[in-house]
Amino acid sequence: MLNYVIKRIAIAIPTMLILIIISFLLMHSAPGGPFTSERPLPPQVLANIEAKYGLDQPLWRQMVNYVWGVTTEFDFGPSFKYKDRTVNEIIGQGFPITLKYGFWSFVFAIGIGIPLGAIAAIRQNTWIDYLAVGVSIGAQVLPNFVMAPLLVITFTLWLGWLPGGGWSGGSIEYLIMPVIALSTSYMASIARITRSSMLEVLNSNFIRTAKAKGLPSRTILLRHALKPSMLPVISYLGPAFVGLITGSVVIDIYFSTGGMGYFFVNSATNRDYSVMMGITILVGFLTIMFSLVVDLLYAWIDPKIRY
Amino acid sequence: MIVANKEKIAEMAENLSGLDAVDGRSLWADARRRFTHNKAAVVSLVVLSMIVIFSFVGPYFAVWSNEEIDWAVMGSAATKGMPSFETGHFFGTDDLGRDIFSRVAQGTQISLMVGVVGAFIAVLVGTLYGAIAGYVGGRTDQIMMRTVDILMAIPFMFVLILMLVVFGRSIGMLFVGIGLLAWLDMSRIVRGQTLSIKNKEFIEAARATGVSGFKIIVRHIVPNLLGVVAVYATLLVPGMILTESFISFLGLGVQEPNTSWGALISEGAGTIQYDTEWQLLFPLAFFVTSLFCFYFIGDGLRDALDPKDR
Repeated sequence: MLNYVIKRIAIAIPTMLILIIISFLLMHSAPGGPFTSERPLPPQVLANIEAKYGLDQPLWRQMVNYVWGVTTEFDFGPSFKYKDRTVNEIIGQGFPITLKYGFWSFVFAIGIGIPLGAIAAIRQNTWIDYLAVGVSIGAQVLPNFVMAPLLVITFTLWLGWLPGGGWSGGSIEYLIMPVIALSTSYMASIARITRSSMLEVLNSNFIRTAKAKGLPSRTILLRHALKPSMLPVISYLGPAFVGLITGSVVIDIYFSTGGMGYFFVNSATNRDYSVMMGITILVGFLTIMFSLVVDLLYAWIDPKIRY
Repeated sequence: MIVANKEKIAEMAENLSGLDAVDGRSLWADARRRFTHNKAAVVSLVVLSMIVIFSFVGPYFAVWSNEEIDWAVMGSAATKGMPSFETGHFFGTDDLGRDIFSRVAQGTQISLMVGVVGAFIAVLVGTLYGAIAGYVGGRTDQIMMRTVDILMAIPFMFVLILMLVVFGRSIGMLFVGIGLLAWLDMSRIVRGQTLSIKNKEFIEAARATGVSGFKIIVRHIVPNLLGVVAVYATLLVPGMILTESFISFLGLGVQEPNTSWGALISEGAGTIQYDTEWQLLFPLAFFVTSLFCFYFIGDGLRDALDPKDR
């Protein structure tokens, strides 16, 4: 097991470095620097500003500095557009918000998706099954940017129950619509995966043996069927996490929740490269860490994997 | 010897072509039969064809073109821009007084094009990459597939947006970006299939007769992968459309005067508080219906072509 953990971490580190280098090089191949404007600055002033941000050094030197700063001190440097703020401050402002509704979306997707899929499998070909399958097929074509306006039309404009946007510290009425909009399609996918893998497990020989032994169906389900049928679900959690974190961009824009996605799109339109890079790298780091955890979890649960 | 027998071979070929074809059931005929028995898939195919036809024929029936501005409506879309046959705005107008009917037709064309071209690029790159990795094997395979593993761990939507910002927002860039990011899954699937094909006798025969490695891949391995590739390609198209719509929804994808489903949904979603739901609901209906169709067709194709469930 320890070997596997070490091997897995050994892959995660170069992945992280490649991500940092890719985004760094992308940013530097951009035509026009952050200080290009319609009224060109006097060359001396421009040189001074560039010296301040370290942009006058050779490319490799800048890259080494950047990578060093990110990896040793989590320092993403200053924002090019907001002169008085560092990227770290901007991330510090947006990240807790994204984390809060992202966490609840994840909980929601798993907490509804797995039971829904499991019940559908256990009661196969009953109305519950058809309902669950119908919901999960329907939700497949309802990505976050479709759900968000539909929710606002229903709950804000027609019913007037919920505020159409804003955050105000993340109180519950501001949290409901972002969470539902973000998690619906993943909830559906998790339900579908759970259902099909559960059906496969329930039809396998060891479950028949357990039934023949006369175990109560409750014990069969919880002790024998649940664990193996969770394996495909666990391997889906990685992509689901990427999807949720990507979807948070839409949520931040549409519901004005003020999370990281807002700053990402804002910096994309402002060409504020350092903020974009910082957020991309942070998201990449989270993704890689998460897939590491998922892989280890998988290895721990799956009896077929031996080291 | 072979040269001497040339005439004989020609004669044989003539005889063969003259024979009545034996009424056998080929793999593809079998698959077609299974597909046509899947009602959801067939209905989806019909509906999707209708949407495609609409996107090309629709503009000829439109009273207003997609760029014309109806000055009578501009600024008061909520009261005058409703869908109606009298004004000629079948789907209503947007806030600028542009005809939603024409714009939906245009957006459908562009979204479908991005989906198909993006999937095509992904299939092309992924198939070749996976086939080469699987066929060559050994250390090359190790390195190639570890690279895919590493690339897969990167959240690509963010990198794609970075690319769009750096290299400018154009449809061409979208094609390349989306296509290049989506080949990873494809390459894994293709590699797996290649591994099982490459030890078959006909590959051995080709190698024994001195066919070059690249030619074996292109002429002998890739054609045998087509079934799997076709299934994943149909499932890739809706994925591509989703990605494109996502980016366009953020305003970073397709730019004016062009439009796409994502851009139209974004516009409509931005104005719902002014009681102009039609601006959202018409593009949304097209988007959702088409995605449904693609998924059902993909499922139908998988059931038809996947030998596992036979």
